[in-house]
Amino acid sequence: MRLYAAVAVSGFRRHATYRVATAAGVFTNTVFGFILAYTYIALWNERPHLGGYGREQALTFVWTSQALLGAACLIGGGFQEELQERIRSGDIAVDLYRPADLQLWWLASDLGRAFFQLLGRGVVPLAVGALCFELALPGLSLTWAAFLLSVLLGLLVSFGLRYLVGLCAFWLLDGAGVNMAFALLSMFFSGTLLPLNVFPGVFGEVARVLPWSAMLQVPVDVLLERRTGAGLAAALGFQAAWAVALLLAGRALQTAATRKVVVQGG
Amino acid sequence: MAEVQAEVEAYARGLSHVRDGVRAYGLVVRMWVRSTMAYRVSFVMMTVGNFAATALDFVAIAFMFSHIDALGGFTLPEVAFLYGTTSVSFGLADLVLGNLDRVGRRVRDGTMDTLLTRPAPVLAQVAADQFALRRLGRVTQGGLLLGWSLARLDVAWTPVTVLLVPVMLVAGAVIFGALFVAGAAFQFRAVDAAEVQNAFTYGGTTLLQYPPSVFARDLVRGVTFVVPLAFVNWLPALRVLGRDDPLGLPGWVDFTSPLVALVCWVLAGLAWRVGLRGYRSTGS
Repeated sequence: MRLYAAVAVSGFRRHATYRVATAAGVFTNTVFGFILAYTYIALWNERPHLGGYGREQALTFVWTSQALLGAACLIGGGFQEELQERIRSGDIAVDLYRPADLQLWWLASDLGRAFFQLLGRGVVPLAVGALCFELALPGLSLTWAAFLLSVLLGLLVSFGLRYLVGLCAFWLLDGAGVNMAFALLSMFFSGTLLPLNVFPGVFGEVARVLPWSAMLQVPVDVLLERRTGAGLAAALGFQAAWAVALLLAGRALQTAATRKVVVQGG
Repeated sequence: MAEVQAEVEAYARGLSHVRDGVRAYGLVVRMWVRSTMAYRVSFVMMTVGNFAATALDFVAIAFMFSHIDALGGFTLPEVAFLYGTTSVSFGLADLVLGNLDRVGRRVRDGTMDTLLTRPAPVLAQVAADQFALRRLGRVTQGGLLLGWSLARLDVAWTPVTVLLVPVMLVAGAVIFGALFVAGAAFQFRAVDAAEVQNAFTYGGTTLLQYPPSVFARDLVRGVTFVVPLAFVNWLPALRVLGRDDPLGLPGWVDFTSPLVALVCWVLAGLAWRVGLRGYRSTGS
């Protein structure tokens, strides 16, 4: 356990080194936040209560999505390219040789990165949004704790998905195509382009039960207090179920992959 | 007389510099295209992906219009016209100059030095290296949507407005191109800040997909007078669509996109020069 904590801390510190890059990311997230905020204002002016959101709730969605963009890798990015490169180059053999579990190692490192990005890239855009627009943020209440728990579960789901994507390299060697397809799916089905509750008809219903919905839509709905009491438990349960299922699938795929590894030379 | 001659010579040198640059760019690009085509399936997949990435953007807009008839007073074909024009302009600039966002990385890993030793303009080399033909996906998607919107638009076409469409596409691409160059110049100073320019390039094209009436007046002023994105498509497109611009600028401004594009390039070129002159290798 101490080992994985150390890995997580080093993941945090590794990303904390790039201060200028973090500032640049905050700037870009904030600019996109403004652009999306104005389009949503226009949309909700035409149709108040669209998807059950009022205007303030829609704006909260925009700024929360910009805050979680880096941490949950909503539009791609993350450790999987590094993992794929290690698989391609054969360095993965060294990783497997270590007295640590491969999945837990990467999970710890990715959570460290995510925590840094949550603080470094998340807080400022949300604060700017709250200063410039009227948001529907809760006061000091337990909702924030539930929100953070929901974000954490979303991060686990995000990792679970990306671990599967990373492991594809055992079979494909070049992960570029899968990564691109995955980034598109994430961008669209997380609700980054448009909240999932605005997606029309059956398509929307399907989109809302896919794992990507656990990364942004559910945490935002928890923050907006649209999920309380039994609804909150169901929402967190939905996220936890996806997290467990994906982590188990990752474990199974890892077992299948490592059985395949042949270390050449010596 | 000697002064005139010197000036002519300097001008000729400048021209030949540009010609060298274009030639070097062409050579490097041809090499990368051939190398891309060695993995044909991968190329097709990446191009389709590039197409799909931008198409999903529009799917989101189409979903919006499944709930509403007009956004900021603009109908779906009108928004598609804005979307198509900015996508084609941005897509062209991204195709030709998109790799300029690697300057920071090059400074960091030292590959910038290699480029400086080669007998070809550095700007052309950085832009052409790793040329990604797959970016045609965005241009194609924007072009198809623009075609669709032109078929659906209900506007009274005049020779002037018909001509304005290709002019705006080219001028828009040049303005976006200048932004790429200026962003690259900035990276000489702030090596890790590659993401800042995304706010203006990707952010810019996202902004221009929507009608200006959607945005706050000050934001529209900013992208008209400070970073002249409004000249990419908003101002000429409003003329084509027969709508008033929210800032109430005089009518002739709608036709000044090529001029603005030229000024942008001069400024971006100067910035690039300053950036490159101030470049210090990180050593090895």
